[in-house]
Amino acid sequence: MNEATPTLVEEERTTFADRPSRDGDTNAAPQPLDGETALPHPQVERAKIEVRHLNFYYGKFQALHDINLRIPENKVTAFIGPSGCGKSTLLRTFNRIYNLYPGQRATGEILLDGRNILDRREDLNRLRARVGMVFQKPTPFPMSIYENIAYGVRLYERLGRAAMDERVEWALRKAALWNEVKDILKRSGKALSGGQQQRLCIARAIAIKPEVLLLDEPASALDPISTLKIEELVTELKGSYTIVIVTHNMQQAARISDYTAFMYMGRLIEFQDTNTLFTNPASKQTEDYITGRFG
Amino acid sequence: MDRYRRRKAVNVFNLGVSAFTTAIALFFLFWLLWTLFRQGLAHLDLRLFTQDMPGPGSEGGGLRNAIVGSLLLTALGILIGAPIGVLTGTYLAEFGRHARLSQAVRFINDILLSAPSIVIGVFVYEIMVVPMGNFSGWSGGVALAIIVVPVVVRTTEDMMRLVPDTLREAAAALGAPRWRVVTDVVLRASLNGIMTGILLALARIAGETAPLLFTALNNQFFTLDMDQPMGNLPVTIFNFAMGPYDNWHDLAWAGSLLITLTVLILNITTRIFLRTKR
Repeated sequence: MNEATPTLVEEERTTFADRPSRDGDTNAAPQPLDGETALPHPQVERAKIEVRHLNFYYGKFQALHDINLRIPENKVTAFIGPSGCGKSTLLRTFNRIYNLYPGQRATGEILLDGRNILDRREDLNRLRARVGMVFQKPTPFPMSIYENIAYGVRLYERLGRAAMDERVEWALRKAALWNEVKDILKRSGKALSGGQQQRLCIARAIAIKPEVLLLDEPASALDPISTLKIEELVTELKGSYTIVIVTHNMQQAARISDYTAFMYMGRLIEFQDTNTLFTNPASKQTEDYITGRFG
Repeated sequence: MDRYRRRKAVNVFNLGVSAFTTAIALFFLFWLLWTLFRQGLAHLDLRLFTQDMPGPGSEGGGLRNAIVGSLLLTALGILIGAPIGVLTGTYLAEFGRHARLSQAVRFINDILLSAPSIVIGVFVYEIMVVPMGNFSGWSGGVALAIIVVPVVVRTTEDMMRLVPDTLREAAAALGAPRWRVVTDVVLRASLNGIMTGILLALARIAGETAPLLFTALNNQFFTLDMDQPMGNLPVTIFNFAMGPYDNWHDLAWAGSLLITLTVLILNITTRIFLRTKR
């Protein structure tokens, strides 16, 4: 993922309007750019995130090519594609977490509720409080289970003891973890099993009440039962959150997502409602991939 | 089959040689410890901690003023050196990983790490003892601090780098500003390692003699006044071992054993620190 030597220095390198917008009408679904293959795109009523002409670079290497995408509000959108196709890279632009590393930059526009988050004036910390993220490997902080949840909440809210207790319980219940940890809240978050740790991370992410939840292969390091719990959780959470999930697992995408985007070699090949994409894909490449002929 | 047998023979040979050399190293270590215990243990009694250094020709005596002096000097060295070291290490690991300044700081730190401690003693003599006009506890503490800094810088940076970037990303993804990611998450995750570095630095300066020769010097009398020359174990051992009196020799042995035990205990403590981490 991080090809540039990782250095965690926030840099305001992102440029947003250094390439001219190709189509003036901003509300229309992006038009196919080359006349030969039409880029299928589902009718999205209300887009929470709208990606326009997004290019992404790791240093000199271009990882994303002219991505155009409208991610619907309060639905689950899955990104699928073979390793290295850019799906995680795309996800990591939505909260600009890539900004931690110098040498990684994006051009184009990403509109969150109509506001371009690639704008250099964007407050990254506030953006990330609105757009939560859960990573591939569980990342509990070196503190108690309770503190793991309360930590993020305290960054932006001043809650009394009772209110904080309530919030922690709410988040843990939402993440289907409450019953397993309610008696051991003081214990270290690292003492939990891998599946529990991942649900703790999801609880931590929703505790700060984000509008969007980004899941970067959240179940790929987990056993089947933990995976099932995470999937149930995603289904449970949709409706109140806009969820974007990156997954290697096509069955998983088919099971839990409403819309699916297929990516290949840094390009968005096809974006459809999940049913259509898996039963009647418009692109030959998509069909080859979902039928297991490559990737 | 022949090649397999040859490989086995080479294995046996190499294993034998490394076991033998390990035995040599351990032999000298235990010889040293045994000598210290044999010579020092008899004099390691309460008197050592309650009585001050004996003057030339007087009977008995202890090392109270040297022990207290050493504690004060070491504490001062750590109090000055550890915060500077931790903050510098934090900068190197978190804020300026690839900055040109960091490369320079790392390079200079490595030089400082291997600088002969007598040079540090002479340096502090020049910048503190000469302007102040006399040897003092303060200058001794500063000299020890200069030895502490590079050790702590190095371990702090190494330990913070062991914290995976995914953890930093996770904290940043909650909207935590950079400085809170560092203090709340990275520092907390690497605290054991950093404490270990500080303890190792403590063990290192506990037995340093050269930097004190030109700074704290030594003092035959009990004092808590840091403006005065201050008694300390290493220099006392040096003086007493070279002296003509038997009770001085006994005290030098006892002092040596005391320092060795302290360093031993510090090292064992750091091991326990690191073990409980995982």
